[in-house]
Amino acid sequence: MSHKHDRTLFTSGLARVEGEGAMYVRVTGSRVDEVRLDIYEPPRFFEAFLRGRSYTEPPDITARVCGICPVAYQTSACHAIEDACGARLDGPLADLRRLLYCGEWIGSHALHIYMLHAPDFLGYPGAVEMAAEHRDVVERGLALRRAGNAIMELLGGRSIHPVNVRVGGFYRAPSAAELAPLARRLRDALPLAQDTARWVAGFDFPDFTCPHELLALSDPGRYPIERGTLVTSGGLAFTAAEFEQHVIEEQVPHSTALHARLAGNGQAGDGRYMTGPLARYTLNSGSLPPLAAEAAAEAGLGPSCRNPFRSIVVRAVEVICAIEEALRIIGEYRPPARPAVPVTPRAATGYGVSEAPRGVLYHRYELDSGGIIRSARIVPPTSQNQPAIEDDLRRFVQARLDFDDARLTSACEQAIRNYDPCISCSTHFLDLRVDRR
Amino acid sequence: VTAPRQAGTPAVVIGIGNEFRRDDGAGPAVVTRLRGQVPAGVELLITDGEPVRMIEAWAGAEVAVIVDAVRAEPAVPGRLHRLVLHRPGNSGARPVSSHGFGIDEAIGLALALDRMPGRLIVHAVEAADLGQGVGLSPAVAAAVDVLAAAVLRDLTGPGQRG
Repeated sequence: MSHKHDRTLFTSGLARVEGEGAMYVRVTGSRVDEVRLDIYEPPRFFEAFLRGRSYTEPPDITARVCGICPVAYQTSACHAIEDACGARLDGPLADLRRLLYCGEWIGSHALHIYMLHAPDFLGYPGAVEMAAEHRDVVERGLALRRAGNAIMELLGGRSIHPVNVRVGGFYRAPSAAELAPLARRLRDALPLAQDTARWVAGFDFPDFTCPHELLALSDPGRYPIERGTLVTSGGLAFTAAEFEQHVIEEQVPHSTALHARLAGNGQAGDGRYMTGPLARYTLNSGSLPPLAAEAAAEAGLGPSCRNPFRSIVVRAVEVICAIEEALRIIGEYRPPARPAVPVTPRAATGYGVSEAPRGVLYHRYELDSGGIIRSARIVPPTSQNQPAIEDDLRRFVQARLDFDDARLTSACEQAIRNYDPCISCSTHFLDLRVDRR
Repeated sequence: VTAPRQAGTPAVVIGIGNEFRRDDGAGPAVVTRLRGQVPAGVELLITDGEPVRMIEAWAGAEVAVIVDAVRAEPAVPGRLHRLVLHRPGNSGARPVSSHGFGIDEAIGLALALDRMPGRLIVHAVEAADLGQGVGLSPAVAAAVDVLAAAVLRDLTGPGQRG
Protein backbone atom coordinates (compact mmCIF):
# COMPACT_ATOMS: atom_id res chain seq x y z
CA MET A 1 0.00 0.00 0.00
CA SER A 2 1.40 3.32 -1.00
CA HIS A 3 1.05 6.12 1.50
CA LYS A 4 1.91 8.88 -0.85
CA HIS A 5 -1.74 9.68 -1.49
CA ASP A 6 -4.62 10.49 0.80
CA ARG A 7 -6.74 7.68 2.06
CA THR A 8 -9.98 7.35 3.86
CA LEU A 9 -11.37 4.53 5.92
CA PHE A 10 -15.07 4.51 6.40
CA THR A 11 -17.08 1.84 8.09
CA SER A 12 -20.76 2.65 8.00
CA GLY A 13 -21.69 -0.02 10.48
CA LEU A 14 -19.37 -1.40 13.07
CA ALA A 15 -19.53 -5.11 13.59
CA ARG A 16 -19.68 -6.53 17.07
CA VAL A 17 -20.49 -3.35 18.88
CA GLU A 18 -23.92 -2.98 20.39
CA GLY A 19 -26.07 -1.02 18.01
CA GLU A 20 -25.27 1.31 15.20
CA GLY A 21 -22.18 3.27 14.49
CA ALA A 22 -19.85 4.47 11.81
CA MET A 23 -16.18 5.18 11.82
CA TYR A 24 -14.41 7.70 9.61
CA VAL A 25 -10.65 8.05 9.45
CA ARG A 26 -8.88 10.37 7.00
CA VAL A 27 -5.17 10.14 6.40
CA THR A 28 -3.29 12.78 4.44
CA GLY A 29 0.20 11.71 3.50
CA SER A 30 1.70 10.35 6.69
CA ARG A 31 -0.61 12.21 9.03
CA VAL A 32 -3.95 11.18 10.46
CA ASP A 33 -5.88 14.39 10.21
CA GLU A 34 -9.39 13.37 11.09
CA VAL A 35 -11.01 10.63 13.12
CA ARG A 36 -14.72 10.52 13.79
CA LEU A 37 -16.85 7.99 15.48
CA ASP A 38 -20.40 8.59 14.38
CA ILE A 39 -22.84 7.44 16.91
CA TYR A 40 -26.55 7.43 17.09
CA GLU A 41 -27.78 7.36 20.59
CA PRO A 42 -31.21 6.82 22.06
CA PRO A 43 -31.03 8.40 25.55
CA ARG A 44 -31.90 11.84 24.13
CA PHE A 45 -35.15 10.44 22.83
CA PHE A 46 -35.91 8.97 26.23
CA GLU A 47 -35.22 12.31 27.93
CA ALA A 48 -38.01 13.85 25.86
CA PHE A 49 -40.23 10.80 26.24
CA LEU A 50 -40.01 10.98 30.05
CA ARG A 51 -41.20 14.59 30.34
CA GLY A 52 -44.75 14.73 31.68
CA ARG A 53 -44.67 11.16 32.97
CA SER A 54 -44.96 10.01 36.56
CA TYR A 55 -41.95 9.69 38.87
CA THR A 56 -42.71 5.96 39.12
CA GLU A 57 -42.14 5.34 35.41
CA PRO A 58 -38.43 5.95 34.65
CA PRO A 59 -37.19 2.56 35.90
CA ASP A 60 -39.45 0.76 33.43
CA ILE A 61 -39.07 3.18 30.56
CA THR A 62 -35.33 3.77 30.74
CA ALA A 63 -34.63 0.04 31.09
CA ARG A 64 -35.73 -0.13 27.48
CA VAL A 65 -32.88 2.09 26.35
CA CYS A 66 -30.65 -0.96 26.40
CA GLY A 67 -31.39 -4.68 26.45
CA ILE A 68 -27.79 -5.35 27.43
CA CYS A 69 -27.74 -3.09 30.49
CA PRO A 70 -31.33 -2.46 31.64
CA VAL A 71 -30.43 -2.77 35.32
CA ALA A 72 -27.96 0.09 35.02
CA TYR A 73 -30.68 2.35 33.63
CA GLN A 74 -33.17 1.22 36.25
CA THR A 75 -30.72 1.72 39.07
CA SER A 76 -29.49 5.18 38.10
CA ALA A 77 -33.13 6.19 37.56
CA CYS A 78 -34.18 4.85 40.97
CA HIS A 79 -31.27 6.57 42.71
CA ALA A 80 -32.14 9.90 41.11
CA ILE A 81 -35.85 9.75 41.92
CA GLU A 82 -35.25 8.51 45.45
CA ASP A 83 -32.77 11.36 45.86
CA ALA A 84 -35.39 13.88 44.70
CA CYS A 85 -37.97 12.42 47.07
CA GLY A 86 -35.65 12.06 50.06
CA ALA A 87 -35.99 8.26 50.19
CA ARG A 88 -33.07 6.01 51.04
CA LEU A 89 -32.54 2.28 50.71
CA ASP A 90 -30.37 0.43 53.15
CA GLY A 91 -29.94 -3.05 54.60
CA PRO A 92 -31.26 -5.95 52.54
CA LEU A 93 -32.99 -3.74 49.97
CA ALA A 94 -29.71 -2.01 49.11
CA ASP A 95 -28.05 -5.44 49.01
CA LEU A 96 -30.69 -6.80 46.63
CA ARG A 97 -30.09 -3.84 44.33
CA ARG A 98 -26.37 -4.66 44.29
CA LEU A 99 -27.11 -8.35 43.73
CA LEU A 100 -29.30 -7.59 40.72
CA TYR A 101 -26.59 -5.33 39.32
CA CYS A 102 -24.02 -8.13 39.76
CA GLY A 103 -26.22 -10.25 37.51
CA GLU A 104 -26.07 -7.60 34.81
CA TRP A 105 -22.28 -7.26 35.09
CA ILE A 106 -21.81 -11.02 34.75
CA GLY A 107 -24.16 -11.32 31.79
CA SER A 108 -23.00 -8.21 29.95
CA HIS A 109 -19.29 -8.80 30.48
CA ALA A 110 -19.58 -12.48 29.48
CA LEU A 111 -21.31 -11.45 26.27
CA HIS A 112 -18.67 -8.87 25.45
CA ILE A 113 -15.68 -11.01 26.37
CA TYR A 114 -16.77 -14.13 24.51
CA MET A 115 -19.03 -13.00 21.69
CA LEU A 116 -17.64 -9.59 20.78
CA HIS A 117 -14.06 -9.10 21.93
CA ALA A 118 -12.23 -12.45 22.13
CA PRO A 119 -12.62 -13.16 18.38
CA ASP A 120 -10.44 -10.08 17.75
CA PHE A 121 -7.58 -11.52 19.76
CA LEU A 122 -7.87 -15.03 18.33
CA GLY A 123 -8.11 -13.95 14.71
CA TYR A 124 -11.72 -14.88 14.00
CA PRO A 125 -14.16 -12.63 12.16
CA GLY A 126 -16.75 -13.29 14.85
CA ALA A 127 -18.13 -15.56 17.53
CA VAL A 128 -19.71 -17.93 15.00
CA GLU A 129 -16.35 -18.79 13.46
CA MET A 130 -14.76 -18.99 16.89
CA ALA A 131 -17.51 -21.33 18.10
CA ALA A 132 -16.88 -23.67 15.18
CA GLU A 133 -13.32 -24.28 16.38
CA HIS A 134 -13.59 -23.61 20.10
CA ARG A 135 -16.99 -24.86 21.06
CA ASP A 136 -15.97 -25.57 24.65
CA VAL A 137 -14.75 -22.02 25.10
CA VAL A 138 -17.95 -20.50 23.75
CA GLU A 139 -20.02 -22.87 25.88
CA ARG A 140 -18.14 -21.59 28.92
CA GLY A 141 -19.03 -18.04 27.97
CA LEU A 142 -22.67 -18.96 27.52
CA ALA A 143 -22.72 -20.72 30.89
CA LEU A 144 -21.36 -17.59 32.56
CA ARG A 145 -23.90 -15.44 30.82
CA ARG A 146 -26.70 -17.75 31.96
CA ALA A 147 -25.49 -17.45 35.56
CA GLY A 148 -25.80 -13.67 35.29
CA ASN A 149 -29.19 -13.96 33.62
CA ALA A 150 -30.35 -16.30 36.40
CA ILE A 151 -29.82 -13.51 38.94
CA MET A 152 -31.69 -11.08 36.74
CA GLU A 153 -34.58 -13.48 36.18
CA LEU A 154 -34.95 -14.25 39.88
CA LEU A 155 -34.70 -10.68 41.13
CA GLY A 156 -35.75 -8.70 38.09
CA GLY A 157 -38.47 -11.05 36.90
CA ARG A 158 -36.75 -11.45 33.54
CA SER A 159 -33.36 -10.78 32.06
CA ILE A 160 -34.24 -8.13 29.52
CA HIS A 161 -36.24 -5.17 30.67
CA PRO A 162 -36.61 -6.50 34.23
CA VAL A 163 -40.06 -5.77 35.59
CA ASN A 164 -39.66 -6.31 39.34
CA VAL A 165 -37.69 -3.11 39.97
CA ARG A 166 -39.54 -0.07 41.28
CA VAL A 167 -38.64 3.27 42.77
CA GLY A 168 -37.88 2.52 46.44
CA GLY A 169 -36.90 -1.13 45.87
CA PHE A 170 -38.80 -4.04 44.37
CA TYR A 171 -42.37 -5.18 43.86
CA ARG A 172 -41.45 -8.42 45.57
CA ALA A 173 -38.37 -9.48 47.56
CA PRO A 174 -37.16 -13.08 47.37
CA SER A 175 -37.04 -15.41 50.36
CA ALA A 176 -33.69 -16.79 51.51
CA ALA A 177 -34.80 -20.21 50.24
CA GLU A 178 -35.38 -18.78 46.78
CA LEU A 179 -31.83 -17.45 46.68
CA ALA A 180 -30.23 -20.76 47.70
CA PRO A 181 -30.34 -22.38 44.21
CA LEU A 182 -28.86 -19.17 42.82
CA ALA A 183 -25.91 -19.52 45.19
CA ARG A 184 -25.28 -23.06 43.95
CA ARG A 185 -25.37 -21.85 40.38
CA LEU A 186 -22.96 -19.01 41.13
CA ARG A 187 -20.56 -21.34 42.93
CA ASP A 188 -20.54 -23.47 39.77
CA ALA A 189 -19.91 -20.35 37.68
CA LEU A 190 -16.98 -19.13 39.78
CA PRO A 191 -14.35 -21.54 38.37
CA LEU A 192 -15.58 -20.73 34.86
CA ALA A 193 -14.97 -17.06 35.58
CA GLN A 194 -11.51 -17.82 36.95
CA ASP A 195 -10.71 -19.88 33.84
CA THR A 196 -11.93 -16.97 31.75
CA ALA A 197 -9.50 -14.58 33.44
CA ARG A 198 -6.60 -16.97 32.84
CA TRP A 199 -7.66 -17.47 29.23
CA VAL A 200 -7.88 -13.79 28.31
CA ALA A 201 -4.71 -12.94 30.25
CA GLY A 202 -2.84 -15.11 27.73
CA PHE A 203 -3.93 -13.08 24.70
CA ASP A 204 -1.45 -10.85 22.86
CA PHE A 205 -2.09 -7.18 23.57
CA PRO A 206 -0.85 -4.34 21.39
CA ASP A 207 1.43 -1.99 23.27
CA PHE A 208 -0.84 0.98 23.77
CA THR A 209 -1.38 3.37 26.65
CA CYS A 210 -4.36 5.55 27.23
CA PRO A 211 -3.30 8.90 28.70
CA HIS A 212 -6.78 10.17 29.50
CA GLU A 213 -8.06 11.19 32.88
CA LEU A 214 -10.13 8.42 34.42
CA LEU A 215 -13.59 8.80 35.97
CA ALA A 216 -15.29 6.16 38.07
CA LEU A 217 -17.41 5.76 41.13
CA SER A 218 -15.92 5.14 44.53
CA ASP A 219 -17.75 3.20 47.22
CA PRO A 220 -15.49 3.07 50.27
CA GLY A 221 -14.56 -0.43 51.35
CA ARG A 222 -15.91 -2.18 48.28
CA TYR A 223 -15.67 -2.23 44.52
CA PRO A 224 -18.13 0.29 43.03
CA ILE A 225 -21.03 -1.30 41.20
CA GLU A 226 -24.52 0.04 41.88
CA ARG A 227 -23.70 3.18 43.85
CA GLY A 228 -20.96 5.56 44.91
CA THR A 229 -19.61 9.05 44.54
CA LEU A 230 -17.41 10.17 41.68
CA VAL A 231 -13.63 10.36 41.63
CA THR A 232 -11.08 11.03 38.91
CA SER A 233 -7.45 10.12 38.45
CA GLY A 234 -6.74 13.87 38.48
CA GLY A 235 -7.88 14.09 42.09
CA LEU A 236 -11.44 15.37 41.65
CA ALA A 237 -14.08 14.01 44.01
CA PHE A 238 -17.74 14.96 43.69
CA THR A 239 -21.27 13.73 44.21
CA ALA A 240 -23.90 12.82 41.64
CA ALA A 241 -25.56 16.19 42.33
CA GLU A 242 -22.35 17.92 41.24
CA PHE A 243 -21.89 15.83 38.08
CA GLU A 244 -23.00 18.54 35.66
CA GLN A 245 -20.66 21.06 37.28
CA HIS A 246 -17.74 18.79 36.44
CA VAL A 247 -18.85 17.16 33.21
CA ILE A 248 -19.83 19.40 30.32
CA GLU A 249 -21.68 17.97 27.35
CA GLU A 250 -21.33 19.50 23.90
CA GLN A 251 -22.95 18.89 20.56
CA VAL A 252 -20.57 17.91 17.80
CA PRO A 253 -21.59 18.03 14.16
CA HIS A 254 -20.95 14.40 13.23
CA SER A 255 -22.93 12.70 15.93
CA THR A 256 -26.37 12.73 17.48
CA ALA A 257 -24.63 11.94 20.76
CA LEU A 258 -23.29 14.77 22.87
CA HIS A 259 -19.59 14.67 23.64
CA ALA A 260 -18.63 14.98 27.29
CA ARG A 261 -15.54 16.65 28.69
CA LEU A 262 -14.33 17.63 32.11
CA ALA A 263 -14.96 21.22 33.13
CA GLY A 264 -11.72 23.20 33.18
CA ASN A 265 -10.35 20.54 30.83
CA GLY A 266 -9.21 18.30 33.66
CA GLN A 267 -5.71 17.31 34.60
CA ALA A 268 -4.68 16.36 31.05
CA GLY A 269 -5.67 19.79 29.75
CA ASP A 270 -7.86 18.53 26.91
CA GLY A 271 -10.99 17.64 28.88
CA ARG A 272 -11.00 14.07 27.57
CA TYR A 273 -11.65 11.38 30.07
CA MET A 274 -12.47 7.74 30.14
CA THR A 275 -15.01 5.79 32.13
CA GLY A 276 -15.58 2.04 32.22
CA PRO A 277 -13.63 -1.02 33.32
CA LEU A 278 -10.11 0.48 33.08
CA ALA A 279 -11.14 3.56 35.06
CA ARG A 280 -13.04 1.53 37.63
CA TYR A 281 -10.18 -0.86 38.08
CA THR A 282 -7.42 1.73 38.22
CA LEU A 283 -9.29 3.87 40.74
CA ASN A 284 -10.59 0.96 42.83
CA SER A 285 -8.32 -2.07 42.44
CA GLY A 286 -7.58 -1.97 46.16
CA SER A 287 -11.26 -2.64 46.88
CA LEU A 288 -11.61 -5.85 44.89
CA PRO A 289 -12.83 -8.85 46.88
CA PRO A 290 -10.16 -11.53 47.53
CA LEU A 291 -10.67 -13.92 44.61
CA ALA A 292 -10.97 -11.10 42.08
CA ALA A 293 -7.83 -9.47 43.50
CA GLU A 294 -6.03 -12.81 43.25
CA ALA A 295 -7.14 -13.24 39.62
CA ALA A 296 -6.01 -9.71 38.79
CA ALA A 297 -2.58 -10.39 40.24
CA GLU A 298 -2.33 -13.72 38.44
CA ALA A 299 -3.30 -11.99 35.19
CA GLY A 300 -0.47 -9.49 35.73
CA LEU A 301 -2.72 -6.45 35.93
CA GLY A 302 -0.96 -4.56 38.73
CA PRO A 303 -2.74 -1.80 40.64
CA SER A 304 -3.64 0.15 37.50
CA CYS A 305 -4.33 -0.68 33.87
CA ARG A 306 -4.17 1.91 31.10
CA ASN A 307 -4.04 -0.31 28.03
CA PRO A 308 -7.58 -0.35 26.57
CA PHE A 309 -6.84 -3.68 24.86
CA ARG A 310 -6.46 -5.21 28.31
CA SER A 311 -9.98 -4.13 29.21
CA ILE A 312 -11.00 -7.71 28.37
CA VAL A 313 -8.84 -8.87 31.30
CA VAL A 314 -10.37 -6.28 33.61
CA ARG A 315 -13.86 -7.39 32.55
CA ALA A 316 -12.95 -10.98 33.35
CA VAL A 317 -11.73 -9.89 36.80
CA GLU A 318 -14.94 -7.93 37.29
CA VAL A 319 -16.99 -11.03 36.48
CA ILE A 320 -15.21 -12.80 39.35
CA CYS A 321 -15.82 -9.77 41.55
CA ALA A 322 -19.54 -9.78 40.71
CA ILE A 323 -19.87 -13.50 41.43
CA GLU A 324 -18.02 -13.13 44.74
CA GLU A 325 -20.17 -10.17 45.73
CA ALA A 326 -23.36 -11.96 44.71
CA LEU A 327 -22.38 -14.99 46.80
CA ARG A 328 -21.54 -12.79 49.78
CA ILE A 329 -24.89 -10.98 49.56
CA ILE A 330 -26.85 -14.21 49.24
CA GLY A 331 -24.89 -15.73 52.16
CA GLU A 332 -25.72 -12.79 54.43
CA TYR A 333 -29.25 -12.25 53.17
CA ARG A 334 -32.18 -11.72 55.52
CA PRO A 335 -35.39 -10.76 53.72
CA PRO A 336 -36.36 -7.11 54.14
CA ALA A 337 -39.39 -6.21 56.24
CA ARG A 338 -41.02 -4.81 53.10
CA PRO A 339 -40.00 -5.04 49.44
CA ALA A 340 -39.80 -1.26 48.95
CA VAL A 341 -39.50 1.87 51.04
CA PRO A 342 -42.21 4.51 50.56
CA VAL A 343 -41.25 7.20 48.07
CA THR A 344 -43.42 10.31 48.32
CA PRO A 345 -43.06 12.78 45.49
CA ARG A 346 -42.14 16.39 46.07
CA ALA A 347 -41.00 19.28 43.93
CA ALA A 348 -37.27 18.66 43.74
CA THR A 349 -34.43 17.60 41.49
CA GLY A 350 -32.66 14.30 42.11
CA TYR A 351 -29.40 12.86 40.84
CA GLY A 352 -28.28 9.26 40.44
CA VAL A 353 -25.19 7.41 39.25
CA SER A 354 -24.17 3.80 38.94
CA GLU A 355 -21.43 1.83 37.20
CA ALA A 356 -23.00 0.37 34.07
CA PRO A 357 -20.80 -2.38 32.58
CA ARG A 358 -19.46 0.26 30.17
CA GLY A 359 -18.95 3.00 32.76
CA VAL A 360 -20.65 5.73 34.74
CA LEU A 361 -24.32 6.25 33.93
CA TYR A 362 -25.78 9.51 35.20
CA HIS A 363 -29.49 10.38 35.52
CA ARG A 364 -31.14 13.59 36.69
CA TYR A 365 -34.88 14.14 37.13
CA GLU A 366 -36.72 17.31 38.00
CA LEU A 367 -40.11 16.56 39.59
CA ASP A 368 -43.05 18.81 40.40
CA SER A 369 -45.00 18.49 43.65
CA GLY A 370 -47.33 15.90 42.09
CA GLY A 371 -44.43 13.70 41.00
CA ILE A 372 -44.65 14.62 37.32
CA ILE A 373 -41.28 14.71 35.56
CA ARG A 374 -40.49 18.23 34.32
CA SER A 375 -37.12 17.39 32.83
CA ALA A 376 -34.78 14.44 32.56
CA ARG A 377 -31.11 14.12 31.74
CA ILE A 378 -29.31 10.90 30.94
CA VAL A 379 -25.55 10.82 30.32
CA PRO A 380 -24.52 7.33 29.16
CA PRO A 381 -20.97 6.03 29.31
CA THR A 382 -20.46 5.88 25.56
CA SER A 383 -20.93 9.61 25.01
CA GLN A 384 -18.45 10.23 27.80
CA ASN A 385 -15.92 7.90 26.20
CA GLN A 386 -16.38 9.08 22.65
CA PRO A 387 -13.65 11.77 22.66
CA ALA A 388 -11.25 9.30 24.28
CA ILE A 389 -12.10 6.60 21.71
CA GLU A 390 -11.50 9.03 18.85
CA ASP A 391 -8.18 10.11 20.36
CA ASP A 392 -7.15 6.47 20.83
CA LEU A 393 -8.01 5.80 17.21
CA ARG A 394 -6.02 8.78 15.99
CA ARG A 395 -2.89 7.67 17.83
CA PHE A 396 -3.47 4.01 17.04
CA VAL A 397 -3.83 4.64 13.30
CA GLN A 398 -0.89 7.05 13.24
CA ALA A 399 1.38 4.30 14.55
CA ARG A 400 0.08 1.76 12.01
CA LEU A 401 0.03 3.61 8.71
CA ASP A 402 1.99 0.77 7.13
CA PHE A 403 -1.08 -1.49 7.46
CA ASP A 404 -3.20 -1.87 4.34
CA ASP A 405 -6.73 -0.47 4.54
CA ALA A 406 -8.44 -3.74 5.38
CA ARG A 407 -6.03 -4.55 8.19
CA LEU A 408 -6.16 -1.01 9.49
CA THR A 409 -9.96 -0.93 9.45
CA SER A 410 -10.07 -4.19 11.32
CA ALA A 411 -7.54 -2.92 13.87
CA CYS A 412 -9.59 0.24 14.38
CA GLU A 413 -12.72 -1.77 14.98
CA GLN A 414 -10.90 -3.78 17.59
CA ALA A 415 -9.69 -0.56 19.22
CA ILE A 416 -13.28 0.68 19.35
CA ARG A 417 -14.52 -2.61 20.79
CA ASN A 418 -12.09 -2.17 23.68
CA TYR A 419 -14.65 0.25 25.04
CA ASP A 420 -17.63 -2.05 24.46
CA PRO A 421 -19.47 0.98 23.15
CA CYS A 422 -23.20 0.85 23.38
CA ILE A 423 -23.55 3.01 20.33
CA SER A 424 -27.26 2.73 20.01
CA CYS A 425 -28.32 0.70 22.91
CA SER A 426 -31.72 -0.33 21.76
CA THR A 427 -31.76 -1.44 18.20
CA HIS A 428 -30.43 -4.52 16.51
CA PHE A 429 -30.06 -3.23 12.98
CA LEU A 430 -26.55 -3.03 11.73
CA ASP A 431 -25.10 -2.67 8.26
CA LEU A 432 -21.47 -3.17 7.55
CA ARG A 433 -19.88 -1.42 4.61
CA VAL A 434 -16.29 -0.48 3.94
CA ASP A 435 -15.57 2.28 1.45
CA ARG A 436 -12.08 3.11 0.34
CA ARG A 437 -11.32 6.20 -1.61
CA VAL B 1 -36.96 -13.19 26.88
CA THR B 2 -39.80 -13.07 29.32
CA ALA B 3 -38.97 -16.39 31.00
CA PRO B 4 -36.59 -19.31 30.58
CA ARG B 5 -37.98 -21.72 28.01
CA GLN B 6 -39.17 -25.07 29.30
CA ALA B 7 -37.50 -28.15 27.88
CA GLY B 8 -39.72 -30.10 25.51
CA THR B 9 -41.82 -27.13 24.48
CA PRO B 10 -43.28 -28.00 21.09
CA ALA B 11 -43.21 -24.49 19.71
CA VAL B 12 -42.01 -21.02 20.51
CA VAL B 13 -42.90 -17.73 18.84
CA ILE B 14 -40.26 -15.05 19.21
CA GLY B 15 -41.04 -11.43 18.43
CA ILE B 16 -37.81 -9.53 17.90
CA GLY B 17 -37.63 -5.80 18.21
CA ASN B 18 -37.93 -2.63 20.19
CA GLU B 19 -41.22 -0.84 20.59
CA PHE B 20 -39.35 2.47 21.02
CA ARG B 21 -37.94 2.28 17.50
CA ARG B 22 -41.18 2.62 15.53
CA ASP B 23 -41.53 -0.27 13.06
CA ASP B 24 -38.90 -2.28 14.92
CA GLY B 25 -41.80 -2.92 17.29
CA ALA B 26 -43.58 -5.08 14.68
CA GLY B 27 -42.33 -8.39 16.10
CA PRO B 28 -43.38 -7.56 19.67
CA ALA B 29 -46.74 -6.25 18.34
CA VAL B 30 -47.44 -9.57 16.61
CA VAL B 31 -46.58 -11.51 19.76
CA THR B 32 -48.87 -9.26 21.78
CA ARG B 33 -51.64 -9.84 19.22
CA LEU B 34 -51.17 -13.60 19.55
CA ARG B 35 -51.63 -13.70 23.33
CA GLY B 36 -54.54 -15.98 24.20
CA GLN B 37 -54.79 -17.25 20.62
CA VAL B 38 -52.02 -19.83 20.31
CA PRO B 39 -52.46 -23.54 21.02
CA ALA B 40 -51.56 -24.84 24.47
CA GLY B 41 -47.86 -25.44 24.91
CA VAL B 42 -46.78 -22.69 22.54
CA GLU B 43 -44.57 -20.14 24.21
CA LEU B 44 -44.68 -16.48 23.26
CA LEU B 45 -41.53 -14.45 23.81
CA ILE B 46 -40.35 -10.94 23.07
CA THR B 47 -36.64 -10.26 22.77
CA ASP B 48 -34.25 -7.63 21.52
CA GLY B 49 -32.67 -10.09 19.07
CA GLU B 50 -29.41 -10.56 20.93
CA PRO B 51 -28.17 -13.89 19.54
CA VAL B 52 -27.44 -15.64 22.83
CA ARG B 53 -30.96 -14.91 24.05
CA MET B 54 -32.36 -16.12 20.73
CA ILE B 55 -30.51 -19.40 21.02
CA GLU B 56 -31.67 -19.90 24.59
CA ALA B 57 -35.21 -19.10 23.49
CA TRP B 58 -35.39 -21.66 20.71
CA ALA B 59 -32.99 -24.43 21.76
CA GLY B 60 -34.91 -27.69 22.17
CA ALA B 61 -38.12 -26.45 20.53
CA GLU B 62 -39.62 -28.54 17.76
CA VAL B 63 -40.70 -25.41 15.90
CA ALA B 64 -39.50 -21.84 16.39
CA VAL B 65 -41.29 -19.00 14.62
CA ILE B 66 -39.55 -15.64 14.52
CA VAL B 67 -41.25 -12.37 13.67
CA ASP B 68 -39.05 -9.40 12.90
CA ALA B 69 -38.95 -6.12 11.06
CA VAL B 70 -36.33 -5.77 8.34
CA ARG B 71 -34.75 -2.90 6.53
CA ALA B 72 -34.81 -3.36 2.77
CA GLU B 73 -33.50 -1.20 -0.04
CA PRO B 74 -35.63 -0.29 -1.85
CA ALA B 75 -38.29 -0.94 0.75
CA VAL B 76 -41.93 -1.74 0.22
CA PRO B 77 -43.17 -1.02 3.75
CA GLY B 78 -45.43 -3.76 5.00
CA ARG B 79 -44.24 -6.33 2.44
CA LEU B 80 -43.93 -9.74 4.06
CA HIS B 81 -41.31 -12.43 3.70
CA ARG B 82 -41.38 -15.97 5.04
CA LEU B 83 -38.34 -18.22 5.20
CA VAL B 84 -38.28 -21.80 6.43
CA LEU B 85 -35.26 -23.79 7.50
CA HIS B 86 -36.10 -27.48 7.65
CA ARG B 87 -33.76 -29.47 9.80
CA PRO B 88 -31.36 -26.58 9.99
CA GLY B 89 -27.77 -27.59 9.98
CA ASN B 90 -28.01 -29.99 7.07
CA SER B 91 -28.53 -27.57 4.23
CA GLY B 92 -26.19 -24.75 5.08
CA ALA B 93 -28.96 -22.37 3.96
CA ARG B 94 -29.27 -19.21 5.97
CA PRO B 95 -31.85 -16.49 5.69
CA VAL B 96 -30.62 -13.22 4.38
CA SER B 97 -30.91 -10.63 7.08
CA SER B 98 -29.90 -7.04 7.50
CA HIS B 99 -28.85 -7.78 11.05
CA GLY B 100 -25.11 -7.86 11.46
CA PHE B 101 -25.51 -9.22 14.95
CA GLY B 102 -28.91 -10.75 14.93
CA ILE B 103 -30.80 -13.64 13.43
CA ASP B 104 -28.09 -14.72 11.03
CA GLU B 105 -25.44 -14.70 13.72
CA ALA B 106 -27.78 -16.47 16.13
CA ILE B 107 -28.35 -19.18 13.53
CA GLY B 108 -24.64 -19.50 12.84
CA LEU B 109 -23.87 -19.75 16.52
CA ALA B 110 -26.69 -22.22 17.16
CA LEU B 111 -25.46 -24.40 14.29
CA ALA B 112 -21.94 -24.39 15.71
CA LEU B 113 -23.25 -25.23 19.17
CA ASP B 114 -25.89 -27.73 18.01
CA ARG B 115 -28.72 -25.71 19.47
CA MET B 116 -31.07 -25.21 16.54
CA PRO B 117 -34.79 -25.92 16.82
CA GLY B 118 -36.22 -28.73 14.70
CA ARG B 119 -37.70 -26.23 12.28
CA LEU B 120 -37.15 -22.51 12.09
CA ILE B 121 -39.59 -20.18 10.36
CA VAL B 122 -38.77 -16.51 9.96
CA HIS B 123 -41.47 -13.96 9.19
CA ALA B 124 -40.12 -10.58 8.21
CA VAL B 125 -41.95 -7.36 7.48
CA GLU B 126 -40.27 -4.54 5.60
CA ALA B 127 -40.12 -1.42 7.74
CA ALA B 128 -40.80 2.17 6.77
CA ASP B 129 -39.49 3.94 9.84
CA LEU B 130 -36.90 2.72 12.33
CA GLY B 131 -36.36 6.06 14.01
CA GLN B 132 -36.83 6.71 17.69
CA GLY B 133 -40.40 6.84 18.83
CA VAL B 134 -43.38 4.66 19.55
CA GLY B 135 -46.05 3.45 17.16
CA LEU B 136 -45.89 1.52 13.89
CA SER B 137 -46.15 3.17 10.48
CA PRO B 138 -49.55 2.57 8.80
CA ALA B 139 -48.24 -0.02 6.35
CA VAL B 140 -46.54 -2.05 9.06
CA ALA B 141 -49.45 -1.68 11.48
CA ALA B 142 -51.73 -3.05 8.78
CA ALA B 143 -49.46 -6.07 8.42
CA VAL B 144 -49.62 -7.06 12.09
CA ASP B 145 -52.91 -8.98 11.80
CA VAL B 146 -51.77 -10.66 8.61
CA LEU B 147 -48.53 -11.71 10.27
CA ALA B 148 -50.33 -12.98 13.37
CA ALA B 149 -52.60 -15.10 11.16
CA ALA B 150 -49.60 -16.42 9.25
CA VAL B 151 -47.87 -17.41 12.48
CA LEU B 152 -51.03 -19.19 13.64
CA ARG B 153 -51.10 -21.12 10.36
CA ASP B 154 -47.51 -22.18 10.98
CA LEU B 155 -48.47 -23.43 14.42
CA THR B 156 -51.71 -25.16 13.54
CA GLY B 157 -51.98 -25.62 9.79
CA PRO B 158 -51.17 -28.60 7.58
CA GLY B 159 -47.63 -27.39 7.12
CA GLN B 160 -47.07 -27.55 10.84
CA ARG B 161 -45.37 -30.90 10.62
CA GLY B 162 -43.63 -30.08 7.34
